[in-house]
Amino acid sequence: MNQAANKKKPIVLSKIYKNQIFIPLAAMFILLLFNLIADPGFFKISMGLNSAGNPVLSGYLMTVLDNGSELAILAIGMTLVTAASGGQDISVGAAIAIAGSTLLRVLCGTNTRPDTLRTPIFVAFLISMLVAMAFGAFNGALVAIFKIQPMVATLILYTAGRSIAAWINNNELPIISDPKFAYYGGFIPGIPIPTPFFIAAAMVVLITLILKFTNLGLYTQAVGINESSSRLNGLNPVFIKWLTFVILGACVAVAALIKVSRLSSINYSVIAKDIEMDAILAVALGGNALSGGKFNMAASVIGAFVIQMLTTTLFKFKVPSDALPAYKAVVVILLVVFSAPVVREKLGKLTKHFGIQRKEAV
Amino acid sequence: MSNLTKKFKDMTDTQLLLTITIVVFFLMYIGAIVFQGKGFLKPQTFFNILNANAALIILSCGMSVVMITGGIDISVGGVTALVSMCAAVYLDFKGGNVAVSMLIAIGIGLAYGIVQGLLVAYLDIQPFIVSLAGMFFARGMTTIVNTNPFNVQNESFQALKNARIIVPGMGSVNKKGVYVNAYVEIGVIVAIVIVILMFCLLKWTKLGRNFYAVGGNKQSALMLGINVKRTKFMSHLICSLLAGIGGYVYFLHVGSGAATHAQGAEMNAIASSIIGGTMLTGGVGNIIGTFFGVLSLSTIQNIVSSAGLDQAWWTGITIAAMLCIFLVIQSVVMARKKRAVKK
Repeated sequence: MNQAANKKKPIVLSKIYKNQIFIPLAAMFILLLFNLIADPGFFKISMGLNSAGNPVLSGYLMTVLDNGSELAILAIGMTLVTAASGGQDISVGAAIAIAGSTLLRVLCGTNTRPDTLRTPIFVAFLISMLVAMAFGAFNGALVAIFKIQPMVATLILYTAGRSIAAWINNNELPIISDPKFAYYGGFIPGIPIPTPFFIAAAMVVLITLILKFTNLGLYTQAVGINESSSRLNGLNPVFIKWLTFVILGACVAVAALIKVSRLSSINYSVIAKDIEMDAILAVALGGNALSGGKFNMAASVIGAFVIQMLTTTLFKFKVPSDALPAYKAVVVILLVVFSAPVVREKLGKLTKHFGIQRKEAV
Repeated sequence: MSNLTKKFKDMTDTQLLLTITIVVFFLMYIGAIVFQGKGFLKPQTFFNILNANAALIILSCGMSVVMITGGIDISVGGVTALVSMCAAVYLDFKGGNVAVSMLIAIGIGLAYGIVQGLLVAYLDIQPFIVSLAGMFFARGMTTIVNTNPFNVQNESFQALKNARIIVPGMGSVNKKGVYVNAYVEIGVIVAIVIVILMFCLLKWTKLGRNFYAVGGNKQSALMLGINVKRTKFMSHLICSLLAGIGGYVYFLHVGSGAATHAQGAEMNAIASSIIGGTMLTGGVGNIIGTFFGVLSLSTIQNIVSSAGLDQAWWTGITIAAMLCIFLVIQSVVMARKKRAVKK
């Protein structure tokens, strides 16, 4: 390590430790820098016509905005669950399959190739949201009432979810031909920015307002930091934990709408595959403690887009999609190793050590 | 009756949950015989369950050890797929021999154990996160090693795969009136040896006792002078090593390499351990219970498929439902027992 690096390090580190939002931003910066050096084509955004003949923006950055949206929506719910229960929900991918399947079932009925939709999209969406929230409530009940570790409790839905989704539609794959349904996951004619981004933005605004005008944020953090003392202070930890899972269920339904709308169809075993990993990663990258307690919603949302940027970058370098998890796993391990208290302490000592050395030198 | 309640109160947690499991297994098997007809009366049906689930028994033994120590490892399914694929590629494309392919399996298991053990024990990272990453890494690596699934043609491997060990006195007369011997595969022998070894390890060695102590209460274990970190490390090492061996047994059963192998095996292993009376909170568990847990799980799978509910989704749903029920039973039984002790 050279002299200059030693001098700069403590200042940068202390800044990062002070403000949580620096962690995802720094990761984003590193990724952008890497792309800039490796291939500046990453930043190119061009105007083109899509298959429906509408002018749309395309390019790798637009892909990140587009595909990162559902991840950001999931990250919102996942952050709350993480903060309150100190564990993560690993069934979100399976729950998306269920919500999506319900959505299609309500829209199509038993006819898998309908010419007209049976119900308005909004009604179908509300029903699928109710179903997703019911499954969230089931997870929440296992965690909050029966005191089962969140990840193990949600493992139940993780295994059964895709089976249930297939069962809802009798294992058939309905296809919706109505172009209006494709708006939610694609483009609204005349607007060149992908719709999922607007939906994600709306969700972020909604959750910001909720956190600002209700006690949800404060209460979840209190429960996450110390459950028994929050109970002694008059909170109801069981209800709050359960509530966070229900909120995650609502987020899942919104993500499912986008996912299903992208294809205008569904594939039970592939839809939202491995998305639970990305959602957890987004929360971790946002600098939130995976063991619960304090959280920063903005950092999680940015973290989600950074994860999508990583995925897009890997795809750009022709990494096959099946091999993608291996690379991401390495990133996760590096991330948790560096955020582990033991390592942090060691790093802290190291920087202190350098600080003392510098003083002595002066 | 009062005698019975007293016995119930005097039981240790391990014994209580073990009893529940064994009773459930026998009830289920008798139910299967009654409702599904004679198929389940044939000894070979039982041995087929063993043949198909030898790998799962081994994986579940490892899982139980980790869970007794208070951790969890969901990478075992991924490791199984990775081991199958590596061994398959080595045997067919590189023309290797069977003994070395076994060493590869054990090597992968050991490497996984060391890395995950270090991260969990010495860096204090949540075992779930570590093994989740481990699972994705293994699945990804499997496709990197080879994308397409294929069957192994290697002759000496085929000989080993088709080896049948005849169980004396358990045969049955088939429809043509010919006496057919009951058999098990080599994997079953390996699995039974491992069950016995792990039972002895947990029951009579210092390390085994330490697993229970650390899982039961980390703080007290530390005060008793137990090296908590090393114990945790060893639990993950044993689990991953058994995942490597179990992976090879699985490979021996299916005889092919594919990235989709053993999908959900981690879930089945955890479910078996839980049904077998291992508590998620640690400190409670028994290898014999785990063994019966695997049997219960696979029996119910057999019942589901022979009841004509052959669609793939029913298996997933039944396992999940069963796991859910047992988790709730555990939680309720423990709460009641605690109340009973307080009185």
